[in-house]
Amino acid sequence: MELLLASAIGVLVAAGVYLLLRARSFPVILGLALLGYATNLFLFASGRVRVGLWPVITDGMKEYPDPLPQALVLTAIVIGFGMTAYVLVLALRARIELGSDHVDGDADDADRGGAP
Amino acid sequence: MSLTLIVLLPFAGALLPAWAARRSRSASAWTAGAVAAASFALLLARAPALFAGEVARAAWEWVPELGLRASFRLDGLGFLFAFLILGIGLLIVLYARHYLGAGDAMGRFYAYLLLFMGSMLGIVLSENLVLLLVFWELTSLTSFLLIGFWSHKAAGRQGARMALVVTGGGGLALLAGILLLGAIVGSYELTDVLAAGEQIRASPAYLPALALVLLGAFTKSAQFPFHFWLPHAMAAPTPVSAYLHSATMVKAGIFLLARLHPALAGTPEWFFLVTGAGLATLVVGAYVALVQHDLKALLAFSTVSHLGLMTALLGFGTAAAAQVALFHVFNHAAFKAALFMNAGIVGHETGRLDLRRLGGLRRYLPVSAALAVLAAAAMAGVAPLNGYLSKEMFLAESLDLAELRALPWLVPAIATLAVALSLAYALRYVVGVYFGEPARFDRPPHEPPRAMRLPVELLVGVCVAVGLMPMLLAAPVVAVAARAAAGGGAVPELHLALWHGLNLPLLLSAVGLAAGVVVWRGAPRLERLHESALPLPEAKRIYDRALEACAAAARWLTARLESDSLQRYLALLLATALVALAGPLVAAPVEAGDAPRIPADPLSLAAWVLLVAGALGTVLRHRERIVAVVLVGVVGLVVSLAFVHLSAPDLALTQLAVEVVTVVLILLALELLPRRTPVESSRARKLRDGALAVAAGAAVGWVSWLLLTRPFESISGYFLAESKPRGGGANVVNVILVDFRGYDTFGEITVLAIAALGVFALIDGLGLPNAFRVAPDDEARHPLMLAVVARLVLPLALLVAVFLFLRGHQHPGSGFVAGLVVGVALILQYIASGIGWTRTKMPRDFHPLVASGLLLAGLIGIGSFLFAHPFLTGWFDYFTLPGIGKFELTSALVFDLGVFLTVVGGVLLILVHMGKAAESDAVRLPETGPRGE
Repeated sequence: MELLLASAIGVLVAAGVYLLLRARSFPVILGLALLGYATNLFLFASGRVRVGLWPVITDGMKEYPDPLPQALVLTAIVIGFGMTAYVLVLALRARIELGSDHVDGDADDADRGGAP
Repeated sequence: MSLTLIVLLPFAGALLPAWAARRSRSASAWTAGAVAAASFALLLARAPALFAGEVARAAWEWVPELGLRASFRLDGLGFLFAFLILGIGLLIVLYARHYLGAGDAMGRFYAYLLLFMGSMLGIVLSENLVLLLVFWELTSLTSFLLIGFWSHKAAGRQGARMALVVTGGGGLALLAGILLLGAIVGSYELTDVLAAGEQIRASPAYLPALALVLLGAFTKSAQFPFHFWLPHAMAAPTPVSAYLHSATMVKAGIFLLARLHPALAGTPEWFFLVTGAGLATLVVGAYVALVQHDLKALLAFSTVSHLGLMTALLGFGTAAAAQVALFHVFNHAAFKAALFMNAGIVGHETGRLDLRRLGGLRRYLPVSAALAVLAAAAMAGVAPLNGYLSKEMFLAESLDLAELRALPWLVPAIATLAVALSLAYALRYVVGVYFGEPARFDRPPHEPPRAMRLPVELLVGVCVAVGLMPMLLAAPVVAVAARAAAGGGAVPELHLALWHGLNLPLLLSAVGLAAGVVVWRGAPRLERLHESALPLPEAKRIYDRALEACAAAARWLTARLESDSLQRYLALLLATALVALAGPLVAAPVEAGDAPRIPADPLSLAAWVLLVAGALGTVLRHRERIVAVVLVGVVGLVVSLAFVHLSAPDLALTQLAVEVVTVVLILLALELLPRRTPVESSRARKLRDGALAVAAGAAVGWVSWLLLTRPFESISGYFLAESKPRGGGANVVNVILVDFRGYDTFGEITVLAIAALGVFALIDGLGLPNAFRVAPDDEARHPLMLAVVARLVLPLALLVAVFLFLRGHQHPGSGFVAGLVVGVALILQYIASGIGWTRTKMPRDFHPLVASGLLLAGLIGIGSFLFAHPFLTGWFDYFTLPGIGKFELTSALVFDLGVFLTVVGGVLLILVHMGKAAESDAVRLPETGPRGE
């Protein structure tokens, strides 16, 4: 299970980073979303994973999963939504004002950044 | 408490005059005056205790770990300055009421003035040096607002900026100096610092600390060579000049020198730096004042000169000289404020401030002329006025000087020269304006309104009365201030009198005054010489050039760093992060840890395959945007399933709800974005990005693997143990959110609210039409089946939300999830029936919902103050009602209700406005094709 989770985080980061580096705003937003999943899972993993438990105090229960990362991730999910919404509208506004959805604002000059 | 109020009242009351200005200009002035008078009354009420020898203190802990305390003290020194700040401040309030014209925003002026007054009071009444610095910088900021009050004038803006740069920059040096002092002494409290004089002077850090503190004081008090900002600050309205340059702003530097006198003074370094700067300023200021044409510039340079005099006296390093300096602070404030106001009256009545276009005004303004003669005589040090007393004492101190044994005549000679120049520019002012050849006026000028002249009359009255009865009027307050400035050291008995017998100072004074008349006679010639033959470097040009060089350097650096390409920035950022991570990763243990593993079941494996397929599919198909959104949604669903499986039911619920809202949001946005992404990256670019992506993914995956396979000690034991007894809830995650870490959650919903408002602002700025069209094809766009189902689902969804909300404290569920469920259910109505229809059934504005949510969460937090608990302390108890049984009431539930309302409001605010933009044709654009088409 640990291997599955770690590799899933890796794949999500790789996919997110690749999309983040695209030239149009929309793939960048999708990349941010994937990176968001990866970050939340990573944060969650810092409390280690347990199967079949319950972070709710129950009589007779001896073991609980770590509730603190869960609380942090819950916050992160909601903030992530706020950010996605804001970036989306920013992309929208940029496209309407500039007539292009290129991340640098002009499509004609798309590749001038060049490789570092 | 009343001590702190003296400082806080002007800040607290700063908005009142701005508000009162809506009623009338006089109301504004009265309010400002009332605020200042209240503060003044509090100060005077403390006078009896102060004169009895008591030093009042008040303190609050601020950041005790760093030695920061919000602590105030009122001793003699603070009293003298606070008295001047408030006393002259009141006169300025009165004067400005009639000085400012109909076009000036009077409310704004008084608001700035009160803020500045509060900042000044903060400086002189601070016990903690860091607090003092905070107020110090506040005076720089507020004086910027005051000097630039006439923001339509270029000179005003430039003068304000120059004052801010010079005094604010000096403030930074002072900060460093104060930190050094704090490091030497181990405390920022003045009581400790002043008692540690020996230790400070013996420390190797003494010289740097001294130099930095002096830099702060000299820039503020316009000492040579930092004097140049002061004349440029004369572009301010005259009440501002009269206030800042007589009693307050520039005196802050003098105050600092006096305040730290016991800690820093008494060394040769102190003497040469402070006295040297003071004497240079004394002479340069006086000379330049002599060759000015502008009345306010003349007074400005004379202020520079007098500040030099006070600085030089403080540099002498003896308690006696410091006492004289403080006496002169008092005297200078009185006669200089009077003269500035007088110049303001001349400008107000004639519209002129140029000496070459003025003259003979005594026929039109006889009273003002008499007042000007008296004030100028006080400035020049003519008996029997107050300026005479402090000038004589300055000469006497200069003769007593123990340092400079090799050149005992040097300082007295400079002092005598300054006396001469001082009389010369005083004559130039008075004769140039009121006597001599009368200037021509189209309309004969007349005396100003009585209320405008009254402050001048009072101040000149002070000059005369102090000159005649110094022991009665000035000696007590000066003596108590000098005792405070001596920091417990012995202070010679203060004896103020007009007549000390025939002695050397009297002789020097007479010589100086006689020479002054000669210099004045030669002033026109000197002026011509100054303008033609003496190419003195002009400080403003040097300053401008330095500023330009800074801006050019910044532009050069910016051009080097910024390529305006997000892709490039991100690639560089990621590459840097990878390089930085490489070292620790290589050094990290290679083998997995030995924590017990969980075997993978087939279902988990299937979910993993789905997630990887979704992520890779998104990358491969990202050009077809709708497909990509669906694939991202798949990833999100798998993530929520993972949370279910990995014992995190709350996360799964939240992730699921957020997923739905996000997909709806992205689909709405796609209405306005191109449906496809054009192909434009080159092969090399794709390879580079792919390599970066794989490296990043491998690194994070590897770290996760190392992390997951190692055992660790959780810090959550406390939360698990205390959740029920102290939080009153069984769902530990929820109790952490709404109780233990409630402050974080409060911050988080605030962020969500800000994001929602940001979305609103961005869409609102598009200028979409307000009315929604109900298109003829509305039926087709909103199928009947969906509309019916949506309306049926709504009550069910609301019920589910209530259920999730109420059980949240004990079982999975919370305000977040409930809020998202309600948001989704309501959004469904918009999707199913269109905005036009739904708007008629729903509130149009969701701002109040967001605001009330935040307010509720904040109020319940503040509520714990009532029970003397810290912010957001939870409360709960169990009750029993017949028929219902035992149930729990908790403040956390109310907090969660705030969270719920904020989430509902925020989600709706975002989605509805996004939908509004998507429905509007006004902003629709053609699809962007690939490059080159």
